[in-house]
Amino acid sequence: MPVSEPVISCRNVWKLFGPSPESYLKGLRTDPGFDAIRQAGYISAVRDVSLDIARGEMLVIMGLSGSGKSTLVRCLSRLIEITGGTVSVEGQDIGALSEKQLIDLRRNKMGMVFQSFGLLPHRTVLENVAFPLEMRGQDRATRRKRALEVIELVGLGGREDYFPRELSGGQQQRVGIARSLAIEPDIWFLDEPFSALDPLIRREMQDEFLRLQELLGKTIVFITHDFDEALRLADRIAIMKDGAVEQCDTPDQIVLNPATDYVRKFTEEIEKARVVHASGLARPINGTRPEGLPVAGKSTIRALARLLINDPREILPVADDTGRITGTLNRQEALDILLGGHT
Amino acid sequence: MSESALPLPSPAKPRLNPAWAILAVAVCLVLARPILPDALMRPAEILILPLADWINAFFTWLRDDLGLIHVTRAFADGIEWLLDVTANILYGKNRWPRLGPLPWSVVALTAACLGYWLGGRRLALLAGGTFVWIALMGQWTWAMETLSVIVVAAPFSVLMGLLMGIAAWRWHRVEAVMNPILNIAQSLPHFAYMIPVVVFIGVGPKAGAIVTIIFSVPPMIRMTLLGLRKVPPEVIESGKMCGSTGWQLMTRVRIPTARTEILVGVNQVIMQCLAMVVLASFIGMPGLGQKLLQLLQALKIGRSIEIGITIVLLAVTLDRCSKAWAERQPTHHEPGIGWGTRHRVLTTWAGLMVAGFALSALVPFFAEVGRGQSLSVADPLDAMMTWVIVTVDPVTQWLRWFLITWVLIPVRDALLWLPYTAVLALLAAAGFAVGGWRSALICLGFFGYIALTGWWDRAMITVYTVLVAVAVATSFGFPLGIWAARYETRAKRVLLLCDSLQTFPSFIYLIPVIMLFGVNDVAVVGAVVLFAAVPLIRYTIEGLRGVPEAMIEAADMSGATRAQCLRHVRLPLAFPTIMVGVNQSLMFSLFMVIIAAFIGTQDLGQEMQRALSSTDVGKGLVLGFAVAFIGLMADHLLNRMADSRRRALGL
Repeated sequence: MPVSEPVISCRNVWKLFGPSPESYLKGLRTDPGFDAIRQAGYISAVRDVSLDIARGEMLVIMGLSGSGKSTLVRCLSRLIEITGGTVSVEGQDIGALSEKQLIDLRRNKMGMVFQSFGLLPHRTVLENVAFPLEMRGQDRATRRKRALEVIELVGLGGREDYFPRELSGGQQQRVGIARSLAIEPDIWFLDEPFSALDPLIRREMQDEFLRLQELLGKTIVFITHDFDEALRLADRIAIMKDGAVEQCDTPDQIVLNPATDYVRKFTEEIEKARVVHASGLARPINGTRPEGLPVAGKSTIRALARLLINDPREILPVADDTGRITGTLNRQEALDILLGGHT
Repeated sequence: MSESALPLPSPAKPRLNPAWAILAVAVCLVLARPILPDALMRPAEILILPLADWINAFFTWLRDDLGLIHVTRAFADGIEWLLDVTANILYGKNRWPRLGPLPWSVVALTAACLGYWLGGRRLALLAGGTFVWIALMGQWTWAMETLSVIVVAAPFSVLMGLLMGIAAWRWHRVEAVMNPILNIAQSLPHFAYMIPVVVFIGVGPKAGAIVTIIFSVPPMIRMTLLGLRKVPPEVIESGKMCGSTGWQLMTRVRIPTARTEILVGVNQVIMQCLAMVVLASFIGMPGLGQKLLQLLQALKIGRSIEIGITIVLLAVTLDRCSKAWAERQPTHHEPGIGWGTRHRVLTTWAGLMVAGFALSALVPFFAEVGRGQSLSVADPLDAMMTWVIVTVDPVTQWLRWFLITWVLIPVRDALLWLPYTAVLALLAAAGFAVGGWRSALICLGFFGYIALTGWWDRAMITVYTVLVAVAVATSFGFPLGIWAARYETRAKRVLLLCDSLQTFPSFIYLIPVIMLFGVNDVAVVGAVVLFAAVPLIRYTIEGLRGVPEAMIEAADMSGATRAQCLRHVRLPLAFPTIMVGVNQSLMFSLFMVIIAAFIGTQDLGQEMQRALSSTDVGKGLVLGFAVAFIGLMADHLLNRMADSRRRALGL
């Protein structure tokens, strides 16, 4: 995917915890690795991370607990100060912003959803959702109007006078989502938003989230420890371990070509046919002229199963949403993925 | 097991534990007492520091040279103005705004409405009933004198505590300075606060109010700090991501989220205020405390019981209402209901106010209960009490004789007989055994100070009273706690009782013991025992009930009898919590011993009373610190012990 003008761009971002992290980092030429840093008395929560996030893209950062994913998202929003490197939002280095500029950025451009919701217990749903607008100094009537809109949007209409304590976990997170959307942010951070919910609700919230994203088309950084969730939602996935990004790619590529053994451990148990899309498997046309009806690039191999087994063609054309032929699909390769054959 | 597992005992030859060595020194000093030079028996004259003179000089400098007295006088005048306003409204003192006094029926109705709003029907009954009782018993003016001070002092303390708590939270250096000061402040006996206030402000209601404010600030600081620390990080981060400035974050995110802890702090402030206001009668604060003091000194038992009941009712009402406020959770209203229904209690209150004022205008009885109309039951009470006292007299006589001859005098003489060097060595040994060199030095430092002040014998008498009292309290409190912890419902009931007993101002505990034993050492010990037993019972129950169910089930399935389960599972696991109870019990005893001074003791408290009556700040503070240091040393030893047990148990 060509990254034309990234909304968020981070270059060699480091976050170290310890006695004097800046001077320690200056002394480093290359990344000595998590364990060597720990030997020196420092914890490397984020280690030399470089990422670009394009407009309208959904980047999922996946990692187990302690992998540094939550720290990384806090570096991107400058909730914590980074030790080294730069983070730019729309071309502006956010490390160089003054307190006031940073507050302005958050008041106008960013929204964030938290794992344990982070709602204010003494405020009603409406007051919680209107909180960022109140911080901006908008008047009561405007606040109320906008807050009611977002509450309606997340499906909590009629509960605006409830207190967080009176809502279920899923409903509370809907409030958190509504609050983060109240200012119509361009960039949306979600820090394990569904991890505290039980599995059925989680599924429902993911669907809800996909619906919202379809509607709003924000630039999203989504944190999760759940690989299935990452595969379901992501345009691209960045897999983190010990503070460093092991691999950052589309779900198809991660499943098809895991970069490291660590990534492979996650992909082994996954039914690949449900993840890989025809477009992900497609090869460039290169002058060949595939014949017949094309398959849709965005359908998964699993969804094409019947066609793949019955179709006599060895090479199938792949089309994008507009119907243009973008590549060719090798039927044998697709069948290997479908049937779990040799890879 | 990881590397954090306990190291195996080293095979090298065991070294002599220094604790034993220090203990041996102590024993030698005791054994060698007959031939010991005087300098090792009691601190020599030249060692004793003229601390009191230094403090007096410092205070004189503060007051006169630095002109602090003008500041304090100005502040006191401000407080006095506020006191006059509340005094006028509550009991009609002839001052601006000259509106009062409010009819008692109006106050009682307001209290009932407030109680209903905070905690429903039962609290309404308690709050309203308390004021009806006060009015009918003819104690209205005294109670209002007491309340008018609390109404002024409590908000001041809350505000000051909140600001100081925020400062301590914001700047680590402030907290580092404030923490030891708070530790000492919370173990200084009440009287130690009064003496400087008398020097700077004088006596009377405004001095009472100011000493109350100072005394009740520390818990508010502590609770504010705790509350601000406990705000979940995600709530703060969400506030930041909403674009809050630092000020918005503090006023709209941190403080409201810390609401419960802050309101618990308010509860503690109110209770401390009540305790202090009652005691402030010693510096000329009128009200319930002064009346009780006079009646007790005159041995008018019936009337003092009535006043005692009033104080207890006020304490329970204030405690329950402020706790209910802290626990109150917001609830939503159904959409579309009117303002009147939403604020039903408020509208009812407004209606009742009109009715109350009208009624008291028509029938004077509802405005003020006249002298002859009060329903004092003092005379029958007196008669009943006399009968009770006469009936149990043989028992109390015997008990008094037995305690004085066989317990109190021997223990006191033994403690006074010990050379001070032996006591110091003993404490150092205990300190070392519990926490190494650091604890040994801490113990030595605290008691070394007492030796250097020259009040060694007085301090030993205080120590003896506390020791005997806590021992007696343990002897019945501990089994009682075990008995109460047997069943859930029983435990709850006893805990509720302990809760209520703990809200009583310490003064109250003197009424029954003076009634039974008269004015002597046994009464003092008796009052201290009663006061000290409450935390002991409470923490024994909490410790035993807090043992995880799974462990008891495991013991049961291993075939343990009830006694075995108690001995091998529940008591060891409850031990750290029980130690907290012992600790609190010691602290309470110390406070009580000092308060009991006015019924005649020979300890530090007695000297403090003298310092108070001669407004000798130096002496008062030297003695106050001596008491505080006894408490802090015990606190340190017990805490270290409980901590190491807790670590060993992995709790």
